Amino acid sequence: MVGYSLLLIVILSLVAYYVGRSSAKRFAGGAGSEKIHSLPGYHGAFIAVWVGIPAFVLVLLWASFQGATLDNLVLASLPSGFTEGKSPAELNLALSEIRNLASGRTFGTPAPEIQLAAERLVSWQNIASWAMLVVAATLMILVLVFARTRIAPRFRARNSVEHVLSGLMIFCSVVAILTTVGIIVSLLYESIAFFRLVPITEFLFGLKWEPQIALRPDQIAGAGAFGAVPVFAGTLLISAIALIVAIPIGLFTAIYLVEYADDRVRNVVKPIMEILAGIPTVVFGFFAVLTVAPAIREAGGLLGVVTSPNSALAAGFVMGIMIIPFISSLSDDALRAVPRSMRDGSLAMGATASETMTRVLLPAALPGIMGGILLAASRAIGETMIVVMAAGLIATLTINPMDSVTTVTVQIVSMLIGDTSFDSPKTLAAFALGLVLFIVTLGLNVLALQIVKKYREQYE
Amino acid sequence: MSETALTGPVDWTSENAVGRRRSRHAANRRLQFYGIAAISTAIGLLGLLITTLVIGGYPAFLQTKITLDFPIKAEYVDAADPAAGNYRNVVRDALLQIAPEATTPPQQRMLGQLLTNNTQFFVRDAVVANPSVIGGTLTLTVPAADPIDQLNKGLIDRTLPENQRRVNDVQLGFYDRLVEAGQVSAPFNWALFFNSDSRFPELAGLAGAITGSFYALLICFLISFPVGIAAAIYLEEFAPRNRWTYLIEVNINNLAAVPSIVFGLLGLAVFIQLFGIPRSAPLAGGMVLALMTLPTMIIVTRNALKAVPPSIREGALGVGASKHQVIMHHVLPLSLPGILTGTIIGLAQALGETAPLLLVGMNAFITSPPGGFLEASTALPTQIFIWADSPERGFTSRTSAGILVLLGFLIVMNGIAIFLRQRLERRW
Repeated sequence: MVGYSLLLIVILSLVAYYVGRSSAKRFAGGAGSEKIHSLPGYHGAFIAVWVGIPAFVLVLLWASFQGATLDNLVLASLPSGFTEGKSPAELNLALSEIRNLASGRTFGTPAPEIQLAAERLVSWQNIASWAMLVVAATLMILVLVFARTRIAPRFRARNSVEHVLSGLMIFCSVVAILTTVGIIVSLLYESIAFFRLVPITEFLFGLKWEPQIALRPDQIAGAGAFGAVPVFAGTLLISAIALIVAIPIGLFTAIYLVEYADDRVRNVVKPIMEILAGIPTVVFGFFAVLTVAPAIREAGGLLGVVTSPNSALAAGFVMGIMIIPFISSLSDDALRAVPRSMRDGSLAMGATASETMTRVLLPAALPGIMGGILLAASRAIGETMIVVMAAGLIATLTINPMDSVTTVTVQIVSMLIGDTSFDSPKTLAAFALGLVLFIVTLGLNVLALQIVKKYREQYE
Repeated sequence: MSETALTGPVDWTSENAVGRRRSRHAANRRLQFYGIAAISTAIGLLGLLITTLVIGGYPAFLQTKITLDFPIKAEYVDAADPAAGNYRNVVRDALLQIAPEATTPPQQRMLGQLLTNNTQFFVRDAVVANPSVIGGTLTLTVPAADPIDQLNKGLIDRTLPENQRRVNDVQLGFYDRLVEAGQVSAPFNWALFFNSDSRFPELAGLAGAITGSFYALLICFLISFPVGIAAAIYLEEFAPRNRWTYLIEVNINNLAAVPSIVFGLLGLAVFIQLFGIPRSAPLAGGMVLALMTLPTMIIVTRNALKAVPPSIREGALGVGASKHQVIMHHVLPLSLPGILTGTIIGLAQALGETAPLLLVGMNAFITSPPGGFLEASTALPTQIFIWADSPERGFTSRTSAGILVLLGFLIVMNGIAIFLRQRLERRW
């Protein structure tokens, strides 16, 4: 029904446009007519935006809140004998059973109350969606008639349309802020619910992470299952391995491209780095599982080191490969931003290319490179698919790269995959981890951008 | 002037000077060598990645099939209701033709394991489509079971001892007989593109995932394209330089670097929990992807707008156009090629995104393509993730094949973007 409503909006807006334009043309075209302020098309657009936009907003709001409202109504309509003494979780279960039944999926024979409620829900859904269509159509026709009366030769239709357009554009640029606010609010909301169950000090400083045992709410009081230190440590270990792999390769690549390579080499290497940067992370994850982890395991076996099948080294190494293009392109930018006069001066004094690089360009570009490395670190910490596929699930507090460790992102995914209910501490813990992840990566990004910006100003 | 005077002319040919020069040049060559080594390592790793994928994935583009004559006896299949026939027996009879000695149940079971588990349904569908074969024989080519498929592709070593091999000696004998009779073929695996997910590797395909990804990307495009352009136009052309617009800009830059999984958490909490969009729906996935692509869209659009020379704006303003008219009639059309290029690249990134889709549940096991934006579905990258997690050997090559298909889509999209950039972008 939403689809039909949107179609109706489009059709009526087009109708409105032609109505407005033709009536404006009538007084624009006549001989000896008044001078017209706006072109006829703007009169059409004026009516069309006022017909279309409010109805569009109405339909969107209606569609987003219809489900929740109907759920509440259905719950309220259940006979009190049925709902009495039931916990919210049980009521939720009943509600989803009603919803399933209403959409035609039956499992076993439902209770008569549920059956009745499902029938009610179906009829209400029908009524609601028809009502939406009718209300939207009525609204549009009323607006059309009203806006039509505003059209006059001296009416400033263009200014009015442009105002609406400006408003729309401002709204669109605020979407980015709304997204950030949405992220912060949703993470905080669920995290605060989590910290009511598990004290925040325990979460941040506890050394034991065993969310699996806390399946039932009465178990969370059990000894310190939500201490996230091992998870943070695992994240740092894998990110550190990734950076150890990526920094030398990326940095030396950038140095070579800036100082030694001719255009021919650069034209080959740069696209290859872009390809590397464009490979989806799930592909790297599969590569880690299929190729790198067994290879590392075998190598570990040859050296007599006990190697876990999902070692931190495998995940970190592959993550490092993923970050190489990131570091190389940011270092490349930083090295190129050093004024040419400094480089030429050094070369003119008889310094070799390597001396110019290590004594002049690198020190000058160091802040930019550091900024790039920080951005890469934030990327490594937030990277998900590689570690979900190649790292372990069990949180161990270790710095041995041959051991299996887990990361923040792995824990978030493993806790939220599958059906989740929003009242178990396990689910809420994922949001708390997400909050930490968001704050840390945001901090790193802000810091990095600040460094890069300051450094850029220095040379401009 | 330097205070320290040189004691005499420098002898550049002295042993010391030559040695110093030599070591300095050696250092130079060393740095150059490190650079070459780094680049070769990076390229080598990329090559290794792609080689393993191609070697692992190409077998999945072929599917071993077995052609058999199925005797459709009237005692098993009633002409009045062909859909309800006992096709299990039909399949058994057909298999007994190649191995008449298989009379005990265990032997017959081994025989049955040559073909895909769903063979009886293939036969049923063929009979229902053409009921005239009842009483006669039906020649049908059906996919072989996964172990036989692997064996035919040479991925199972038949010299291994029997207990380390997924095909036992008896089945090996049956298989050899089929090969001798010319009943085994390996045509191109169209099922990879036209089937949806399945528990059996030989039947699993990407159709559902591709459809799901298409719907999600469509939503992503419908939201992020207009919103991104509008926001970019406002920020680039209209916004006053004040604290608010600075805040918005910083915000957009930071949003571009927020880990994708955090967007998944947002989608789960807001779109699914608050708005009640069904789990696994491409609508939810597409909306999350749209929010993720939005910063990219805004940034590329702003760059495209910046590239339009101010003379165009001034010319249009000079002949009396309003600011809006300047942008709508001149600046935007001129920057459209750049915007489109950026859009395609943004969508290509969105196509490869996996983590946020996992959180909104697009990793469900779904055996038919979604029929709409609200039906549960998977997406290409999540399908790859599901297959990568499956224990069956056959899914390993399917995973690689799925990745190759995904990379193929990405190459095509980026190719279109490069083509557009070269063809349409105007240099001023």
